[in-house]
Amino acid sequence: MKLRKYALAVSLAAMGLSFTLTAPVHAQAKGKQAQEQFFPVLVYRTGAYAPNGTPWANGFVDYIKLVNAKGGINGVTATFEECETGYATDRSVECYERLKNKGGGATAFQSLSTGATFALTEKAPVDKIPLITAGYGRSESANGAVFTWNFPLLGTYWVGADVLIQHLAKKEGGFDKLKGKKIALVYHDSPYGKEPIALLQERAKMHGFDLSLLPVAHPGVEQKATWLQVRQNRPDYVLLWGWGVMNSTALREAQATGYPREKMYGIWWAGAEPDVKDVGEAAKGYNALTLQHGVELNAKVTKDVLALVHGKGQGTGPKDEVGSVLYMRGLISAMLGIEGVKQAQERYGKGKTMTGEQVRWGLENLDLTQQKLDGLGFAGVMRPVSTSCLDHMGSSWVRVHTWNGSKWEFSSDWYQADEKIIRPMVMHASLKYAEEKKITPRTPEQCKQ
Amino acid sequence: MGFFLEVLIGGLMTGMLYSLVALGFVLIFKASGVFNFAQGAMVLFAALAMARFSEWIPGWLGIANPVVANILAFIIAAFIMFLVAWLIERLVLRHLVNQEGATLLMATLGIAYFIDGLGQTVFGSDIYKIDVGMPKEPVMVLQDVFAGGLLINKEDFIAALVAALLVAALALFFQKTSTGRALRAVADDHQAAQSIGIPLNRIWVIVWTVAGIVALVAGIIWGSKMGVQFSLVTVALRALPVVILGGLTSVPGAIIGGLIIGVGEKMSEVYLGPLVGGGIEIWFAYMLALVFLLFRPQGLFGEKIIDRV
Repeated sequence: MKLRKYALAVSLAAMGLSFTLTAPVHAQAKGKQAQEQFFPVLVYRTGAYAPNGTPWANGFVDYIKLVNAKGGINGVTATFEECETGYATDRSVECYERLKNKGGGATAFQSLSTGATFALTEKAPVDKIPLITAGYGRSESANGAVFTWNFPLLGTYWVGADVLIQHLAKKEGGFDKLKGKKIALVYHDSPYGKEPIALLQERAKMHGFDLSLLPVAHPGVEQKATWLQVRQNRPDYVLLWGWGVMNSTALREAQATGYPREKMYGIWWAGAEPDVKDVGEAAKGYNALTLQHGVELNAKVTKDVLALVHGKGQGTGPKDEVGSVLYMRGLISAMLGIEGVKQAQERYGKGKTMTGEQVRWGLENLDLTQQKLDGLGFAGVMRPVSTSCLDHMGSSWVRVHTWNGSKWEFSSDWYQADEKIIRPMVMHASLKYAEEKKITPRTPEQCKQ
Repeated sequence: MGFFLEVLIGGLMTGMLYSLVALGFVLIFKASGVFNFAQGAMVLFAALAMARFSEWIPGWLGIANPVVANILAFIIAAFIMFLVAWLIERLVLRHLVNQEGATLLMATLGIAYFIDGLGQTVFGSDIYKIDVGMPKEPVMVLQDVFAGGLLINKEDFIAALVAALLVAALALFFQKTSTGRALRAVADDHQAAQSIGIPLNRIWVIVWTVAGIVALVAGIIWGSKMGVQFSLVTVALRALPVVILGGLTSVPGAIIGGLIIGVGEKMSEVYLGPLVGGGIEIWFAYMLALVFLLFRPQGLFGEKIIDRV
């Protein structure tokens, strides 16, 4: 009985304390309602994918804090609220529903999940909220004439797969040298992992290489059977399309079956610190794509975060994480959303809160020149991004980096996806989607509105 | 033939590790009639404690020798698992004596979520390393017999050996010691055991501690293989078909069940997987267990439950 009373007292005290701490934030929010832009942040800081989801979330949130520390978005304070999804599609949808009308209406959603993107793609047009999926999501959503509300900025999985094949061809001495080669795709058995298959099959037909598909069940902790098949087939290259624990497990199994890590190439979600740091020396030689950026410890934006956010005791995660691969991915994702708002303000009024519809226009007319990017602190980190009605991706610049046993180092020059291959695939798949969903693609005239 | 043997051996070694996790389920079910859904969470919690203390101890005590640091971390982690067992008995089990099996199952479900959250809050949710010196490179044997030789994973081999030794030690403990006999008596009938002076509460603490230490060993082995992180809880899900197949009350059942499931899932993935698109090993293991249940509802070695109606 005493214990129950004690527990009740502690709970009430905790509730009181929580109210005391949060009350000023709510009051402040109410007072400045007209000058706030709300960013919902779908995160996974718990569960099987937390080691990868956490740095992304920290980077995202720190960038919002940095923008506020520098005066906001043309004077408009960026506010945010996190919602934990655990990388589950149903919980992502729940979070979307919970946050879509908060803070005067959500600016844009970024789910960091291809599965969730598939689910939210149906909802975004109804609620008129853009979906930014930087480096993930549906590849065909690059066609903005059909996918009006989706923005797979910086690159899709078809871009990643295409660049990987270009890189392998370059290593072999030309596309003709790929004929007869064996390439295995070890992939997360989910919408994310299946995305590159269509592009790889197309490339396999063009160049005559043999593609084998090896799915790994979520979360990817048991891959012995998969790697025994790799050992039996002895592919010339293994492409790794994993996420979370699947990546490090794949590298350990490659070591255990004696498959050379130098022959392994991961997508940009399989090329960060959590994937290799515990494998250490055994992952030496492993390569992965970068979504433009890699580890960016010396970038101006990294130094700004350290000085203006962490330096003032407002950093979200550990200080030594700032500049790491997934942290930068989150930071850049937040930057893209904020630049969408800035672009919208150019048309609809500087210093005003933008609606989802207005932000959608901003994202569709993004023009991040190198000069602008350099001014934001992204010199050497990113190349220009420019979107349009027909191109919601905006750029397809990719590099390769290689783990040297203790850190990632860039090991290739810049690549761009081959539009001659990707564009027809995007058009075909997006028009098929439009037909299924009874969507009339926007005409060039409608695009201008 | 060489490849078939590699798959078979790989399956047997993985199966041995499944047996180790399944043993945790069996131990607790035998002694308290509770299907402990928190076994996976206990594996994660124990592994997190081991990983974090082996990282912290050298800094705290200035110990440079990793073996000493690992031994100390193991002792502390084992003590923590004893505390967990004691708290579970005091705060949960004691209040649920003679309740329905479903109630106890739900209680362990709650414990699982609590331990999952507590472990990540106290020790962090990043990926942590356990380095107990397990060799990672493979070894090739019988190169004269099979083209390209037969690949054996040294780490898996040692892990399977450790698991086998622990299983043997526990079997002896159950059969030959007075505490083991008391545990079996409690498993057979709580009230009868109490009536002859066996202290039920103490027995429960002992059995949950033993299950905690089994979880710790499993956590060290799996953690050394794939890093200590949340995904370790899913390893317990891999052991569920093992206990379904082997029977919830049988230690030999956990071993044989583990080996059958280990081999079954690897063989299915390698030989059937390509025909149906792959990625079948998880559901195939459950399907295999269900097929066995059609013929032996109590599992391979489980006790047949006959109720008077």
